[in-house]
Amino acid sequence: MRLLTAAGPLLTEHLGAHGELQLADRQQLLEAVEGAGLLGRGGAGFPTARKMRTVAAGSRPVVLANGCEGEPASGKDALLLSRHPHLVLDGLQAAAHAVGAAEAHLALHRGSPALPLVRKAIAERRDRATVTLHEVEPRYVASEESALINHVNTGVAKPVFTPPRPFERGIGRRPTLVNNVETLAHLALIARHGAAWFRAVGDPEEPGTQLFTADGAVVEVPTGTAVRSLLDLRGLQAVLVGGYFGTWVGVAQAQDLVLTHRDLRAAGGALGAGVLVGLPATGCGLVETARVATFLAAENAGQCGPCFNGLPSIAAAVRALALGPWDDRTMTDLDRWLGVLAGRGACRHPDGAVRFVLSALTVFAADVVEHRAGRPCKGVHSAPVLPVPLDGRSWT
Amino acid sequence: MRVRVNPIDCTAHGLCAELLPEWISRDEWGYPVVDSQTLPAQLVKSAKRAAAACPTLALRLQQD
Ligand SMILES: Cc1cc2nc3c(=O)[nH]c(=O)nc-3n(C[C@H](O)[C@H](O)[C@H](O)COP(=O)(O)O)c2cc1C
Ligand code: SF4
Ligand code: SF4
Repeated sequence: MRLLTAAGPLLTEHLGAHGELQLADRQQLLEAVEGAGLLGRGGAGFPTARKMRTVAAGSRPVVLANGCEGEPASGKDALLLSRHPHLVLDGLQAAAHAVGAAEAHLALHRGSPALPLVRKAIAERRDRATVTLHEVEPRYVASEESALINHVNTGVAKPVFTPPRPFERGIGRRPTLVNNVETLAHLALIARHGAAWFRAVGDPEEPGTQLFTADGAVVEVPTGTAVRSLLDLRGLQAVLVGGYFGTWVGVAQAQDLVLTHRDLRAAGGALGAGVLVGLPATGCGLVETARVATFLAAENAGQCGPCFNGLPSIAAAVRALALGPWDDRTMTDLDRWLGVLAGRGACRHPDGAVRFVLSALTVFAADVVEHRAGRPCKGVHSAPVLPVPLDGRSWT
Repeated sequence: MRVRVNPIDCTAHGLCAELLPEWISRDEWGYPVVDSQTLPAQLVKSAKRAAAACPTLALRLQQD
């Protein structure tokens, strides 16, 4: 275990486990991150060094740590922030040093249980770059990077049209490095131990360890670990991989699937933020998908026509697929809407939602036929599996 | 050059689809569906006209 050590959250405990963070030459640090091949842990798997170099080339840059963890089925960032806040804060300082930033920001959901510990950890430290804590509305798209920057700049946590991207113009119109808190925790260790140490475990092209949330339990394993070593696949029909922007994977395919961005892409999915949820054979994939599609539709930021029209239409059609009533147009409408949304929002929210629903239509294709024929299985009445924080919240 | 819509500013007037039908259609809610490929040279002039006509300046021309 690299991140999830036995050390407690206090600064003394952190220093006992990892020692002091010595920040060497800025160029050397950038080279170490590049050599380590660190990929972002917030979902997209973007190479951290590449973003850093762009931001470092700009004037008066800023860094922003994304600790919101908007994925309802993910728990890794909250665990990391509560158990090892100093690892994240070290990483934030290392990132600030690497890009030449004097100002650092850390964003968490309002009401996050990690807040008191994080606040205490910040107060324990004497940091070079000042750290400002931000409490963001607990909404799914509020932690998209342009929305976070918008929140810091104007108080409105909704995405903005890009370009300019955050690394070009972000907080206070200055180039801004946005990284997930787990990415930063890895960075804290790369700054201490170097690139070769980081690459010593995990997949050669996507090295290191990674935090996964499997059925709610957080584990740290080398990248490239098999799905079946994190989830007991017996008694399951499918696995949701990658969160609500990810995809369903049938249990037969999940048997041999390993967890890298490369393998998930090849399987038509996405690794996302490392979420795995098993769907028991007794459950209904269509009902689960309908619940999540309804949630994602309600979470649209109400800004872009294709998204605020398309996602509720898709959600209604998936609900009809799952629970009726069908009519002749349900399937043709759904197919058309799923084909017309991708790339047409200011953020990738519609793209993620579409990918998720499309995967359900493939993996649960046989169920679609049965539901259509009026023969849904008993699974429609089983207890919900995927967490959905639907409580009627709306954008104000 | 490519055509992009700023979907936050776009209010589905649909003028752009009228002025550049070769490149822009509309979805069932009236929002423009734009071909994301590089614009052919012979359409650049009408694209500029469409961008200028958009009441909310949501239609953008971007250099590739
Ligand atoms: C709708 C939406 C929600 C997102 N929510 C999160 C989030 O909760 N936490 C996170 O780290 N990244 C989230 N992201 C990704 C961020 O935009 C950004 O890419 C990421 O924080 C960059 O960090 P990384 O390069 O270290 O992965 C979200 C993206 C989208 C499109
Ligand atoms: S695409 Fe949807 S979620 Fe993203 S900014 Fe537009 S309306 Fe909001
Ligand atoms: S003219 Fe402008 S506002 Fe109207 S549909 Fe086209 S882009 Fe949208």
